[in-house]
Amino acid sequence: MIGERYVNGAVLIGLIALPLWALSADEVFTITLTTRAAILALAAVGLNIALGIGGMVSFGHAVFFGLGGYAMGILAFHAQTFSPLDFGLFALPGTKSMPVIWLVATVVSAFAAWIIGLLSLRTAGVYFIMITLAFGQMFFYFAISWGAYGGEDGLSIYVRNSFVGLDTLMPIQFFGLCFALLCLALLLQWRLRRSPFGLALNAARQSTERVQSVGLNPRQLKLLAFVISGAITGVAGALFADLNRFVSPTMFSWQLSGELIILTIIGGVGRLMGPVIGAAIFITLEHWLGGLTDFWHVWLGTILLAIVLFWRGGVIGLLTGKEGPHV
Amino acid sequence: MQKILLTAAIAAMLATPALPETKVGMITTLSGGGAGLGIDVRDGFMLAIKQSGRDDIEVVIEDDQRKPDIAVQLADKMIQSEKVDVLTGIIWSNLAMAVVPSVTAQGKFYLSPNAGPSQLAGKGCHENYFNVAWQNDNLHEAAGAYANTAGYANSFIMAPNYPAGTDALNGYKRFFKGEVANEVYTQLGQTDYAAEISQIRASGADSVFFFLPGGMGISFLKQYADSGVDIPVVGPAFSFDQGILQAVGEAALGVVNTSQWNKDIDNPANAGFVESFQAEYGRLPSLYASQGFDTANLLISAVEAADVMNAAAFRDALRAADFDSTRGAFAFGTNHHPVQTIYVREVIREGDVFTNRIIGAALENHSDAYAVDCSM
Amino acid sequence: MRASRAEPGTGKRLMPSILIIEQILNGLQFGVMLFLMAAGLTLIFGVMGLINLAHGSLYMVGAFAAAWVAGATDSFILAMAAALAAAAAAGALTEILVIRRLYSAAHLDQVLATFALILIFSEGTRFVFGSFPLFLDVPQQLSGSILLPGGIQYPLYRLTLIGIGLLVALGLWLLTARTRIGIQIRAGENDREMIAALGVDITRLYTLVFALGAGLAGLAGALVGAIQSVQVGMGEPVLILAFVVIVIGGIGSIRGAFIGSILVGLTDTLGGVFLPEFFKLFMQSDAATQTGSALASMAVYILMGIVLIRCPTGLFGARA
Repeated sequence: MIGERYVNGAVLIGLIALPLWALSADEVFTITLTTRAAILALAAVGLNIALGIGGMVSFGHAVFFGLGGYAMGILAFHAQTFSPLDFGLFALPGTKSMPVIWLVATVVSAFAAWIIGLLSLRTAGVYFIMITLAFGQMFFYFAISWGAYGGEDGLSIYVRNSFVGLDTLMPIQFFGLCFALLCLALLLQWRLRRSPFGLALNAARQSTERVQSVGLNPRQLKLLAFVISGAITGVAGALFADLNRFVSPTMFSWQLSGELIILTIIGGVGRLMGPVIGAAIFITLEHWLGGLTDFWHVWLGTILLAIVLFWRGGVIGLLTGKEGPHV
Repeated sequence: MQKILLTAAIAAMLATPALPETKVGMITTLSGGGAGLGIDVRDGFMLAIKQSGRDDIEVVIEDDQRKPDIAVQLADKMIQSEKVDVLTGIIWSNLAMAVVPSVTAQGKFYLSPNAGPSQLAGKGCHENYFNVAWQNDNLHEAAGAYANTAGYANSFIMAPNYPAGTDALNGYKRFFKGEVANEVYTQLGQTDYAAEISQIRASGADSVFFFLPGGMGISFLKQYADSGVDIPVVGPAFSFDQGILQAVGEAALGVVNTSQWNKDIDNPANAGFVESFQAEYGRLPSLYASQGFDTANLLISAVEAADVMNAAAFRDALRAADFDSTRGAFAFGTNHHPVQTIYVREVIREGDVFTNRIIGAALENHSDAYAVDCSM
Repeated sequence: MRASRAEPGTGKRLMPSILIIEQILNGLQFGVMLFLMAAGLTLIFGVMGLINLAHGSLYMVGAFAAAWVAGATDSFILAMAAALAAAAAAGALTEILVIRRLYSAAHLDQVLATFALILIFSEGTRFVFGSFPLFLDVPQQLSGSILLPGGIQYPLYRLTLIGIGLLVALGLWLLTARTRIGIQIRAGENDREMIAALGVDITRLYTLVFALGAGLAGLAGALVGAIQSVQVGMGEPVLILAFVVIVIGGIGSIRGAFIGSILVGLTDTLGGVFLPEFFKLFMQSDAATQTGSALASMAVYILMGIVLIRCPTGLFGARA
């Protein structure tokens, strides 16, 4: 068995090495794929905070992913059409600057997470899974019928947004940005778990009463974790939209929420690098299986089943020989 | 994502190994619910390539799973790794809106075998974008025109609540001169239309226009036939296409629908296409198959006339549209969308098989409402 | 809709009470079909504690089996029997091969595993039956519509669906309240270790309950398939609604599933019809139709949100 620290290090090195190799071999598409994996990993890191540390099985994280995406889409749309964003009382110009877009994505998804969390955390267990799913569906149907920003057609952004000093249209440079944000989120997750807040949260996941007895409010702890979680997934959504230069209601779909959960479980719930490994494996499977047969979903399904039935604790659990936390 | 590399002419395999000169990337829907349409487009397209006997056209086919982000990713892959010159294949408007602008912005050609969103026909038109099928509104406009000639004065109109649905109702209203009894937007993917049918019954309309592609149309037609409401319905070909007509069954018999193609259009290209498609795949071709076939033949005509590396010449060759279309005369308008006749069809039964026959033309030499906005 | 009557001057068509009753019947019919799905889901959750996302796939299996048998034999009764049998068999097989290993697992693992089953079922069905929708029709004897008292013309088949749904509801109630198996099921919901200790073969009971739920889903798929499109992926939209239903009703409660189904059926149907009309009172027609339709498609989820915020374990739910 291998120590988790070594696994984590190897994954990070692999994630940098692959696109660098692709750059030298002129395999541009591999860089795009790796970027996609990094962004999905970032979204799953967000989910992992709610899921792995807070024990909240959210089946609606696509809401935050989609909100991040639309934050990018709407701001860039107004920038490229030179039309101000009209709020009735005041109007703001759109923007093509990534940091501004990220900030807006963070704030918007954090706010949504606060509202959704406030309402959803009144429930627990399956009810929590289902109420988060319901919120996801509400946003999905709203986005489909919201004609002003393309409805089901979505919004196309013709040129990727900009970041000072970088040429974001170069795949490797955009990958660098995504990778940096992923590392930042991983660092945050790592620090969070060791912070008093993280410890209290972990305790709240295992036993609500115990936390209450020391005078902490478990629901408030969870709500805060949910907000942080939503905000990170929101930033990932903005990056994902920038990767595709496109945003559409599918970013709000329940299948996407499901995919994020799958990534997290494949890698290992509650593990620091679980989402990263999960995303890497998922993208590889999707790409490789899709090349083999028309009916590749059957095989994807079979592999997922095998993971649940035989590899509890995900790939990290398998490598390190330790089970993950029970959710 | 499936990946099939097909060098066209198998017969020419042993001849001089000429390197493929034109590389085509086809992104279409081959798995999941909407796979039937993508499979038809692919089969029609590949049939034309095979018949041409050319070995200098290489086609790379991938499945977009009907997901816009996958389609964008595949387009990136085809341009970045496969280095294709021409892209084609997308079925759905929302996927086309995600892919086409960035493809044409990168200097590649895009030939649309199906989706024709209004944005790409008007202000967002592009010199490298050619639509071989139709502008999205076309068949709905024809339905409106047909309703006038049929003497309808008061229509109940209905479509799913998404952009293509709004376009459909607007297209119908653009040509329909009568009144609109009620305008209903259903939920996308809705399967039960009892509520809408009750509304139709109560509306006092003398005709129903509906745009409900795929499974939605199947559900509506079956429930409508069973409801006892006998107000005549008219719709675009999408709900009466060869692929799904068998699933609707008798409920569709006699229903009038509009289409730019049908298997009984009388010209040698079409007769040859219908016969060879049936021989090759063992089923009747659909609207989508004919569009795939025409798209490939347009491409072949351009490859014969010009080198794809010479973009200006290749574009001129595409614009000339010098190929035998299954629809007979075929020409592009100023916005690179077809100017064509749109027919009125009626669902009939031939032996065990439900199919359509043409009963007239709804609009002749019809362009689209957005061409004037295109500054090309 | 009283408000719309108050302004006849606009020339708008009045909403006659016949139409309202007809729409209520439509909502009821939708509701009882949802109940067939939801009953199985809620039983499976109540007895085994399992979240089964693949329930929609069993619905699809039923519809495909019915379409296939109807095509081969021209008999609607045989088709329905085949749907029940095929879905129950598929359910039992899945339970024995996969589901059984998930009872002790976390909800999260159940979600993933049954999500994987959806992928396998959907693409497997496409592999066997092809990518095009299948044909399944209403039987001759039940086609057409009849005149109800009050002058309402209503499709006979839909009335039959309401009847079948109510019969199944009654049957399920009798089963759980009056039979030995029912007692075991109820006991299982309350205390799993206890009934094992009483010598009930729990493994067999679980397989039975799962097959029962699957059979009901398959029956629903076949019944609805006759008036809808039998195609791959037809189960997922219904599945989500069925989840909404059991969450509203309280997970594990058959009574809750019944009330929840009717509520969701009525909300969805009436919302779709009346919300656009409502917005037309103070908005332009086009915009009103779109806003109303958008809100209508969110209505059941809003209903679920409200119910859960007020009673966190649903209307009749006992445990979280």
